[in-house]
Amino acid sequence: MAEKLKLELVTPYKRVLSEEVDEVTAPGSIGEFGVLPDHTSLLTTLKVGVLTYKKGNESFQVAVNWGYVEVEDNVMTVLVETAEPADQIDMERAKAALARAEEALKGLTSEDKQFKIMEAALERALIRVQVAGKTHH
Amino acid sequence: MASLKDIKKRIGTVKNTQQITKAMKMVSAAKLRRAQDAVTAARPYADKMHDVLSSLALREDADSHPLLSERGKGKALVVLITGDRGLCGGFNTNIAKTAERFIRANKDGFESYEILIAGRKGSDYLKRRAGMVITKVHEHLAGSGPVTYPIGALLGQEVIELYRSGEYDSVFLVYNAFQSAMTQVQTVTQLLPIMPKEATEGEYVAEYLFEPNAREVLDQILPKHIEVQIFRSLLESAASEHGARMTAMDSASKNASEMIGKLTLQYNRARQASITKELMEIISGAESIK
Repeated sequence: MAEKLKLELVTPYKRVLSEEVDEVTAPGSIGEFGVLPDHTSLLTTLKVGVLTYKKGNESFQVAVNWGYVEVEDNVMTVLVETAEPADQIDMERAKAALARAEEALKGLTSEDKQFKIMEAALERALIRVQVAGKTHH
Repeated sequence: MASLKDIKKRIGTVKNTQQITKAMKMVSAAKLRRAQDAVTAARPYADKMHDVLSSLALREDADSHPLLSERGKGKALVVLITGDRGLCGGFNTNIAKTAERFIRANKDGFESYEILIAGRKGSDYLKRRAGMVITKVHEHLAGSGPVTYPIGALLGQEVIELYRSGEYDSVFLVYNAFQSAMTQVQTVTQLLPIMPKEATEGEYVAEYLFEPNAREVLDQILPKHIEVQIFRSLLESAASEHGARMTAMDSASKNASEMIGKLTLQYNRARQASITKELMEIISGAESIK
């Protein structure tokens, strides 16, 4: 049995992570799921959320945007549009984005075209603040 | 023969031009570095995407998805990626010519071809050519500012929409692939329908667990694949453009130096000749007084 799982986190801009980890929890589109070494081949989509991985006793968090995951041969490939590790999130900026999205949503109703876009922005901002908050405390 | 003053003036002009070409070369070199980094950084994502898609396609029936199934010969759309600005050697013309050649060579392949252009320069050439139909020109996509993913995604969605609605039955992508600062490779690829890698004999194909199901995963991944391909080609094109401009400006600066050398020689000769002439006049004047 393999001891470790290789986690590759890639965005269109760069390879964010390529590490040997013990456990990964990802926000699947139909619910959160965990992956341990020797997982069966899996292909699934992700939604906006928090991806957590464990190395030994330490656990790390990454805010991810829409994407998908492939697990094959103990390699977990995560392809997402954006991925921000908790320690790289600028709390001030994240909070500002959250406030902006909230403000914009106030003036819109669910029929507006903009509504969905801003709603998604709000969701992303919330996740970012949440992830960043956990490391700062 | 040109007078001393004229030659001096020309030397000044050429020097000015050289200064501009030198500055442009430096700017392009700096931009090339950044664009090159972006291309390298985007490759793992695009490659991984391709891997996943290929292994997916091995399991799925080709006709199971509208973006995968062949629709036969109808109208084709050629997406041509060029730059917005000139002064980069044959960069824009070469790629526009590649598109033209491709369309002429495959005349029988489809009923008609239409061209969608990203970048102003490609249309400058193609609109003067007979038989080339340009449907749309997008400006300021690549080369002017940094290429961001949403730019590629928007263009990708537009293309997918055109294909889905039945407007076109096939989509091709023509762009400059970045190889090095000196060389760009004019590339023509088929974008839609998506042609997955053929399964090689004896390759081990693992059974996947799809969540929620294969259909929905395909529905999300295939459009993403198109977006990524276009995003990547925009990046490659931007890097190629800066490379081409750098090379072009480098040779322009060299030509300018050469020209300054020649003009300086001419200037010195003319100066010498005029001094000799003046001396002769003085000497002969002195002789006549005696």
